[in-house]
Amino acid sequence: MNVPNSFRTGPDENGHFGIFGGRFVAETLMPLILDLDEAYKQAKADPAYKAEMDAGLKHYVGRPSPLYYAERFTEHLRAGAAEGMGAKIYFKREELNHTGSHKVNNVLGQILLARRMGKERIIAETGAGQHGVATATLCARYGLKCVVYMGAVDVARQAPNVFRMKMLGAEVVPVKSGSSTLKDAMNEALRDWVTNVHDTFYCIGTVAGPHPYPGMVRDFQSIIGRETREQMLEAEGRLPDSLIACIGGGSNAMGLFHPFLDDTGVRIFGVEAAGHGIPTGQHAASLTGGRPGVLHGNRTYLLMDDDGQITEAHSISAGLDYPGIGPEHSWLHDIGRATYISATDDEALSAFQLVSKLEGIIPALEPAHALAKVIDLAPTLPSDHLMVVNLSGRGDKDIPQVAEILGTRL
Amino acid sequence: MTARPTTRLDHRFAACATEARAALVTFITAGDPDYDTSLAVLKALPAAGADVIELGVPFTDPMADGPAIQAAGLRALHAGQTLARTIQLVREFRKEDDATPIVLMGYYNPIYIYGVDRFLVDAKAAGVDGLIVVDLPPEEDNELCLPALLAGLAFIRLATPTTDDKRLPAVLANTAGFVYYVSINGITGSATPDADRVGEAVARIKRHTVLPVAVGFGVRTPEQAAAIAAGADGVVVGSAIVDALRASLDSDNRATPATVSAVTSLVARLAQAVRGVRREAAE
Repeated sequence: MNVPNSFRTGPDENGHFGIFGGRFVAETLMPLILDLDEAYKQAKADPAYKAEMDAGLKHYVGRPSPLYYAERFTEHLRAGAAEGMGAKIYFKREELNHTGSHKVNNVLGQILLARRMGKERIIAETGAGQHGVATATLCARYGLKCVVYMGAVDVARQAPNVFRMKMLGAEVVPVKSGSSTLKDAMNEALRDWVTNVHDTFYCIGTVAGPHPYPGMVRDFQSIIGRETREQMLEAEGRLPDSLIACIGGGSNAMGLFHPFLDDTGVRIFGVEAAGHGIPTGQHAASLTGGRPGVLHGNRTYLLMDDDGQITEAHSISAGLDYPGIGPEHSWLHDIGRATYISATDDEALSAFQLVSKLEGIIPALEPAHALAKVIDLAPTLPSDHLMVVNLSGRGDKDIPQVAEILGTRL
Repeated sequence: MTARPTTRLDHRFAACATEARAALVTFITAGDPDYDTSLAVLKALPAAGADVIELGVPFTDPMADGPAIQAAGLRALHAGQTLARTIQLVREFRKEDDATPIVLMGYYNPIYIYGVDRFLVDAKAAGVDGLIVVDLPPEEDNELCLPALLAGLAFIRLATPTTDDKRLPAVLANTAGFVYYVSINGITGSATPDADRVGEAVARIKRHTVLPVAVGFGVRTPEQAAAIAAGADGVVVGSAIVDALRASLDSDNRATPATVSAVTSLVARLAQAVRGVRREAAE
C-alpha cells in the first residue's frame, strides 16, 4: 500500500479515496450531483458563505463546543490501572450543540448551500433521529419544507425524536421496506429525490453517499477537529496523543479525525457497533465484519452475503445501525492511518451508565460505544497520554429505550 | 476500427423496424416467485409476443425501483435466487431460444462481488446480450461498461428527462444495443408518461445516435403501450407484468397454476397493441 505525502488531499476530482467513494447513482441524479459539486466548489470559495456559516455556528449552534477534562472518569479508570498508567481523558462536548448532537454542523452547511441553489424542499434520512431533528430544525429556521425518511423500526424506538421533528414542522415518513432501518430510509430518500429532482435538495446526514457528499459533509464536520486542536494546545500546550469516536456512517469521527490526519503522532481510533458480538453476525461493524462493495452511491466496506446482497445491521443504537461506512474511513482503514475497533451493545450500555454517574453527562448510545473502548484503552496508556473522545450526542433521546432494557417503567 | 459484430439485439430491432413497428420489451424479475416458475414464464414470453426480455437481477436495495419490483426482488431472494442462478436461468432459456435477446437489469453490487471478469465470461457464455446497471452512470464506465463492450455484451444506458443535450453525448458514448429512455423522473411503475413529450424526447435522443430508443418506466396498459409505440423503437413494460404475476400467487406468495398464463395473457395484449401501431420504416 502506498502511503501518501498527505492524508488530507482526498477525494480526487471523481470523488475517490483510493478505490473507495465514487458516484454510483442512477442517471436521473447525475446532473443534480454535478450541479451540487459545482455549487459547493463556488460556495467554498465565497467569503459571504463562510461568514454566514461562521455566524450560524456561533449564534445558532452555540459553538465552539467545550473541550472538557473528564476528571472523575479519568480517576476512575486510573484506580483500576497499574502505577503511572491511565490516560487523561477529554470529552469534546458536541452534545451541547443546539439539537443535541454534532449533526447540526453538517446540516447548517447543507441548508445554506440549498438556499444558494434556490431549493425549497429538503429531504433527509435519519436513523436515531438526530440528523432528522437537526434538518427539521434548520428547515424551520429558514422556512423550508422538510420531509424526513425514517425506518419504521427506528420510528418505534426513537419516539421522542419523531415527536420533536413533527413539532418542528417536518413530515416524518416511516419506511417499511427492507429491514425498516437506516439503509431503507436512505433508499426511500433516494427514490424521493429521483422523483422530485427539480425542487428538492437531499441533505445526507453522514460522510457517505455519492461524491461530493462524503468530502462535503466531512468539511462541515471538521470544525470539531479544528476546535479540538486549538483547545488542546491552549489546555495542555500540545496536541492530543489519541482521538476516539464512534462510527455508524462516520461523520462525527471524520470531523474529529480529519484535521489531525497528517499529525502522524496522533493515534486515531474509530469504534464500530459490535451489536451482540462480531461472531454472532448480529452487528453493524462494516470494517471489522464486511468487505468492499457498492451501495448508496459509493464504494465502501459493507455488510453483505456471498451474493452481494446487503445484510441487516444490528445495534442497540439506531444511529449506528447501518451496514456501511463512509468511504474515507474505508480508505483510512486500508492504509492503516486509523485503527478501527468495536464495542458491543452491552459494553455501550455499561459505559452509558458509568459516565452518567461519574460525570453528570448522559451520553447518547452512539458515543457510549466510544466511551466503552476508552474504558478498555485508557488503563493501558501512561497517565501523561492525552485522549480525546468525541461526545457526539446527548442521551435524552435514549432514555425510554434504556429504561426499558434496564427493566424500569417510566 | 473494427465493426461490431451484429448481435441478437441488432437483429431483433432491425426485424421490428422492417415490420414498421416498435419492439415490445418485457421485464420480469429472475427467480420470482421461484426458479422453476420463473423459467417457465421466461420460456413462454417470446410466444406471447415479447420481442426483447429484460431479466431483473434481484437486489436487496433497489434504489430506482418502485414497490412492485422491490417486492418481486424480495420474493426471488427469499426463494434462494442469486446472480449465479440468474445466469443459469438464461442458459436454460437459450437451449430452446437462440433469437430472443436477453438483457440483465439490476444493480452493481452483486456483479462486483461475483467478480466483473468472471461475470462477463459466464453471462456471455450463457447467452446474455446486454446489461442495464442502474447505478453505473458514464462517470463510472471503467467499472463494467468498458469491460462489457470488450467482452461483446451491450451496455445499455438509461437516458432520462434530466439528461440534457449537453450531457447526452456522454451518456451515449460506449453504449450499444439500444438506448433506454426513462420517460419520467422517478422510480419504476410510478407516474404515467405523456406520450407527446416522450415522442419529442425520443426524437431529441435520435439526433445524437443511430441506436434504437426504447421507452419505459410507468407504461402499464396496452393503450399506453400503443401510444408510446407510435413514437419509439421499443416499449418497455415492467411493473404491470410483475403485478400481474403477483396477483396470480397464493397468500404465501407461491406460484399457482394461473401464474404463467397471468403473465402471458397480459404480454399478448400488450404485443397486440404495440403491433397494431404502424411506424414509418426506419432507414
